[in-house]
Parts: sequence; C-alpha cells; structure tokens
Amino acid sequence: MIRPAKMIRQVLSSLFKKPATNLYPFNKFEMPDKFRGKIVFDPELCVGCKLCMKDCPAGAINIKKVGEKKFEAEFDLGKCVYCAQCTETCFKKALKFTGEFELASLDREKLKITFNAKPDDTASK
Amino acid sequence: MHKFTVPIGPQHPALKEPESFNVLLSGERIMKFSARLGYNHRGIEKACEERTYIQNVYLTERVCGICSHAHSSCFVQAVEEIAGLEIPRRANYIRTLVGELERIHSHLLWLGVAGHEVGFDTLLMYAWRDREIVMDILAKLTGNRVNYGINTIGGVRRDINTDQIKDVSKAVKKLKERTEYYVRVAKEEVTLIKRLSGVGVLLPKDVLKLGAVGPTARASGIERDTRKDDPYGAYGELDFRVITDDHNDVYGRTLVRLGELLESYKMISQILENIPEGPITVKAPRKIPAGEAVSRYEAPRGENVHYVKSNGTDKPERVKIRAPTLANIQTVAKMLEDRNLADLPIVIAAIDPCFSCTDRLTLVKDVGHGKGRKMRWEDLHSHSIQWYKARGIDFSDLNKKMEKLLK
Repeated sequence: MIRPAKMIRQVLSSLFKKPATNLYPFNKFEMPDKFRGKIVFDPELCVGCKLCMKDCPAGAINIKKVGEKKFEAEFDLGKCVYCAQCTETCFKKALKFTGEFELASLDREKLKITFNAKPDDTASK
Repeated sequence: MHKFTVPIGPQHPALKEPESFNVLLSGERIMKFSARLGYNHRGIEKACEERTYIQNVYLTERVCGICSHAHSSCFVQAVEEIAGLEIPRRANYIRTLVGELERIHSHLLWLGVAGHEVGFDTLLMYAWRDREIVMDILAKLTGNRVNYGINTIGGVRRDINTDQIKDVSKAVKKLKERTEYYVRVAKEEVTLIKRLSGVGVLLPKDVLKLGAVGPTARASGIERDTRKDDPYGAYGELDFRVITDDHNDVYGRTLVRLGELLESYKMISQILENIPEGPITVKAPRKIPAGEAVSRYEAPRGENVHYVKSNGTDKPERVKIRAPTLANIQTVAKMLEDRNLADLPIVIAAIDPCFSCTDRLTLVKDVGHGKGRKMRWEDLHSHSIQWYKARGIDFSDLNKKMEKLLK
C-alpha cells in the first residue's frame, strides 16, 4: 500500500518528547569506563625500554633518560591518535589511559605535556 | 541546443569530500560525466612502508572514517596469512561482531544521507538519531565511537563480557524495531518511491562489465558478497542471506541496504549466542617472514582488497589498498547517461562514495615529451593562475580587492 506522509505520526509525536540530543557543555556526557582518552605516565614504573616509542603509530611519545634509572615522558596530545597501543606494549604498565577527552586547545604548546621524574630523587643522584 | 560543461568540485557545497566532476550538459540533460580522482591523496600506501606492522594496523584503520574496521581487518588478515597465524575462534567472532555493528552504523548513516540528498530531511534526522544507539554500543565494546582499534595482529585487543553481550542484544532489539519501521517507510512513502525509482539505472550486464561491488552490484540482482563467496572471520559459521534486488536503481539500493541491516541483526544475535570461550589473541612476531598475500573483506560499501608484501623485516615492503569506491565510481557515468542534472547528487550518494579512501596519486605528464616533471609549490601556484587565465578566468582583481579589505 502506498501512502503519502508515512512518517507524519512519528514526527508529530516527537513534539511531546524530550530532545534526543544532549545539551553538551552544560550537561556532561559520561564516557564508558574503558574509553581510550588521555594517556598518563607513571615515571616510577618506567624502565626505559622505549618500546612504546617504537610502537606509537603517531610518534607522539618521547621517553628521555634524565638520570640513573630515571625517565621522563613527553607527550604530544596533538599527535596522539588515542589508540592506546602504548598501554598494551608497556609490560611494566607505566602507561595508562584515562577517560579524559576534553583536550582541545588553541595553543599547540599547551598540547605538549611532560611527566617529570620525581625531582628530589634526581637531585640526589 | 547549446552544450556546456559544468565543473562540480573539487570544492563544492554538494560534495562532502573534494573530488572533481565535469558534466557536459545539453539543457538539463547530462551528455557526459567524468570524474577525476586525486584531490585528497594522502599517501597512506607509501607511509605503510615506513612503519612497523603494528603501527600499520592503526594507519590502515584511518584510511576510512566510516569503514575503519573493514580496512584494519583486511590488512591484519593479510599479515596473519603471511605469518601463518591461526587466530582464536573467539577473536574471529569478536571481529565479525564489530564488523557487523560497523555495517549497521554505516548503512544507517547512508539512509540519512540519501534522505537528505532527495530533500527528505525528516528521514535524515530520525535515521541519525537511531544510529546513536549503535555508536554508543561500539564505544562501550571497543573504547571509541569511530576508529575502534579492536584489531591487532594475531587477534583482538578487547574481550567482551556478559554485561556487554546483554547491552548489545538490547540495542539490537531496539534497532531492529526501528529498521523494520524504515523498511515500511521505504515501501509505502510515496515521495521516496517516486523520487528514487528509475533514477541511476544500472543493468546487471553493466555491473559485470564495470565490476561494481557491494550494494551497488547487489541492487542490480548480482549476488556478489565476499562474506558468502570467500568467507573470512566467523561468516562461514553464520547463517545469513545475501540480499539482492531487481529494481536496478537507487530505490533498489535503498531496499538492499535496509535488508542488509536486518541480516546484520540476525548475524549479531547468532554471534552473541554461539560465541566460543577461549583466548582472544595469539602471540605475533614483530618481524613477519617474507611473503605476500591478498586479503578480501566485505566492507559496508563493497569489497575491500588489501595486498601486502613482506620481506622478513618488521616493516612491509609494499601495501596496496583498493577501496570499494574505486570499483563503483566507474558506474556513476553509466548511471547518469541522459539523466537530469538534478539526479546527480543522489546518484553519486547512492554508491555511498568515500573519495578520500579511494584517492590515487595522479601523475601529470607533459603532453610534449610524455615525461613526468617536478614542480615546486610556487611554480604550481603560478601555473594554476596561468591555466585559469588561458580559460578566461582571472582572479587577480579579486585578489587585490581581498588584500585591500584585509588591510
């Protein structure tokens, strides 16, 4: 059977429903618990194998040696593609992903974040 | 009647991606249609040669934003074949599950776009609202709405648990209800039937001649589906039908895609019921032994082909990608022969094109000596100005005005 305005009933009933969209900046959206967001680095656990640097598809990680068994990581969030491959490559679990996703910035420099090794330890060596 | 050529693109409000079409018109009728690729070439194949296999999984995933899982699966399948890896059955099932969820989101997206191109924006709004259900499920399963990153060489990266299985079956139930509604809309709504019937006709003999793939071929009655012809993943163990239609036009393509949605729901419930227990990954070597493989995958738009050649190092020697749009773009010229210009947007949209995925490097050769020539950016800039000037288009006055305004 052919009839015009097949969807009209649905459209009219939508008038009395809540909007399907989320009022985003005011109404925060919660991401699922395994969402791959910003990566965090724990300098305590890093052994400096640099496998994460080798596996990162975007070249966003830079691990630097700053002292005896002390490493710091420099991340470029502008390059990161949030695949979280580094968290799986790291066998010491020094890299973890968080659910944080509101990372946009107008300044490129602000996208570069450094996770420093503990300063007091480095100073003593 | 006077004939004239209308360039559409590379930058045009009707196109979502940069691509150049030249349409020779006689009045409203299209006499000749030609497409020129090469405006969005990203050099992914070359970039693959400079990255390790594990990095390439993520790089090939970014060939396409919509069928990202199709490309990464296709690449991973080829690498696994070279390395001789037998991946666990559970991993195969999870890959197939994500692949089918991806097909659902892609087909619902297409339904909305098609509605928009024919001026039926109500369909766009509702189809995309329902698409959010499957996007949320994908985010829950894989950790992202697009570019799921579920594949790795030798299996999948994330397992699914019973809670997620419940979530997926609940979502699929809801989506099935909605899709059945859209099937009723497509079969009964008179504006949609009248607008799409007889538009973009592609006869079965032309499908075979031009080598169309995916829903474009199936809507002309050609049963061509890699999932059935050359089963990969878990498709060999699933019970499903290849949806075909004999309308041969855009209306047929709509019905095929809607029918495929219903088949996908059927497949997903089979996967969720029969998913085997076991590991999700096998250990893959970093260095892949020398060899070559061709892998095929039925993406939402049609057959994807990846060719990988390895040389025993941790980087491939050659990666070749054939996205389905490259096979289908040839058919558009045939579909538009002697049609109205107003049919062009929907006919192009009906193959569900993905121009960035399909883009090739175009090597421009000098007609004089038949050799390639290197040009610097400045030379190219002045060359383009001269090229347009020779055709009576001069932007220099406009540029001066613009500069004044900016000052």
